[in-house]
Amino acid sequence: MTARTAAELRRAIAAGEISAGDVCTESLDRIERIAALNAFITVAPDRARSRAAQVDSDPAARQGVLAGVPIAVKDNICTKGLRTTAASRTLERHVPLYDATVIERLEAAGAVIVGKTNCDEFAMGSSSEHSAFGPVRNPWDPSRIPGGSSGGSAVAVASRAVPVALGSETGGSVRQPAALCGIVGLKPTYGRVSRFGLIAFASSLDQVGTFGATVGDVALCMSIIAGRDPRDATSSNVPVDDYVAATAKPIGRLRVGVPRTLMADGVDEGVRRAFDEALDALRSDGAEISDVDLPHSRYATSTYAIVVMAEASSNLSRYDGVRYGTRAPAATTLGDMYSRTRGLFGDEVKRRIMLGTYVLSAGYYDAYYVKAQKVRGAIRQDYERAFEKVDVIATPTSPTTAFRLGEKLEDPVQMYLADFFTVSANLAGIPAISVPCGFADGLPVGLQLTGPAWGEATLFRAAAAYERLTPWSGMVPPGPAGR
Amino acid sequence: VASITFSEVERLARLARLDLTEDQVQRFTRQLADILEFARQVDAVDASAIDAADLTSSGDDRLRDDAVQPCLSRDEALGAAPDADPQDGLFKVPRVLNG
Repeated sequence: MTARTAAELRRAIAAGEISAGDVCTESLDRIERIAALNAFITVAPDRARSRAAQVDSDPAARQGVLAGVPIAVKDNICTKGLRTTAASRTLERHVPLYDATVIERLEAAGAVIVGKTNCDEFAMGSSSEHSAFGPVRNPWDPSRIPGGSSGGSAVAVASRAVPVALGSETGGSVRQPAALCGIVGLKPTYGRVSRFGLIAFASSLDQVGTFGATVGDVALCMSIIAGRDPRDATSSNVPVDDYVAATAKPIGRLRVGVPRTLMADGVDEGVRRAFDEALDALRSDGAEISDVDLPHSRYATSTYAIVVMAEASSNLSRYDGVRYGTRAPAATTLGDMYSRTRGLFGDEVKRRIMLGTYVLSAGYYDAYYVKAQKVRGAIRQDYERAFEKVDVIATPTSPTTAFRLGEKLEDPVQMYLADFFTVSANLAGIPAISVPCGFADGLPVGLQLTGPAWGEATLFRAAAAYERLTPWSGMVPPGPAGR
Repeated sequence: VASITFSEVERLARLARLDLTEDQVQRFTRQLADILEFARQVDAVDASAIDAADLTSSGDDRLRDDAVQPCLSRDEALGAAPDADPQDGLFKVPRVLNG
């Protein structure tokens, strides 16, 4: 039943063909069956069943846009009364006093939150291994990572435990796990979705993103969460397009740019093959493919590393063991209490806080932080120029398929390079979507389409048209996850 | 070449209030040096024509009335703290100075 899309579930529930309660029970059963993948930190069966019962008992609620649709939420998005850990020991028992705006909107539309998903601690990572609750595993091959940081949400959708899930994006944390798990993931334009209640990591980049098994479901979910929120000063007044309608439009003479130079090195052969086939499919449907140049994007990963660490070190100074969260025991002075409490952070968080402290310190600030800000500007200008000539830019989402657990854990630079094709959209503040485009050696590959600011509708139109041409979005992993 | 020493890592950890084991300092010294070397790739870019200050405004800044909005009550805010005195409305912490 949960193998149905959110759009199908909603229609069947509104028509009274199935109950939200039955849908919820099946979703919870599937979550139990994929327990070995460690996709969830907290499952919330009682809360979910009671919400589903509310939908079933209220005819008006049954007409909600997501009435009775089970949804999983990354554990760095605050849910009132439901533990929210950011996969960190420092927030191990943290129960938020308020809902994130995206949660309020989804629940008002009738969605049923079934649980909070595992991820890299404070969303810092590309493999979902940096979690205080243990690593997440890929349903296509449990010896491999699902991507990150929003790995648990990606696995929940890929395994069809839920049709849609929320993640968060700072440098590819939705698109990359979507690609590596064979599902659809969108990073919206900076300012498109409220971040009120999203635990801050790097505030000039962070954005809530959506996973779905289909482009249509991602569009449906985005149509609920997008738009201005007075509680997030960075959220924008720009009108929200009709995303669902966009998914039904033909691709037309869409102009697709391909940055061939950027893809010269470091892309796996199988990924390249799947990508080239995807371009052929787009071309056969009427799209016009041409080369574009993004000369500064090859520096995006190093630029990103500097910006993200600086902002992380600043944002995470709030975890001091005083107002909320965990306090380390047995400290005799305040300073000792700070250090012991913050000593509970995992390795990757500590590395980023220290490097952020370093690049923001006198003597290094200009060479690292100011320089990175300028390169960021150059990357953004490259995109602005490119979008004068093309409607979207296509690349692989990830240079490789899912790698093995532990493979890059002690080599941070290799881990950062997993985000080679995704970080530049965050630096430029523009939207990008990953859509399944085939397999290499049995592992999913993602096609990334990037658009100009506020161009989500074009991405939905292009990705949905591509999805109709190919069988990839319908593929479900084998084993207990898939059946 | 960007590099970082054992004692610099110890100093950064102290500044950022992070308890580290000696083994961690050892490991982080190597890893942070790798990351800094990687970050220095930005050196290759001539960005002299770009003004970093231009990048901070989105151009649609909005103002709002400076009016009181609903927010957490004092009891709610204190209720989430590891140690608090709700009676007096205080967060409690260990002593600031040794001695």
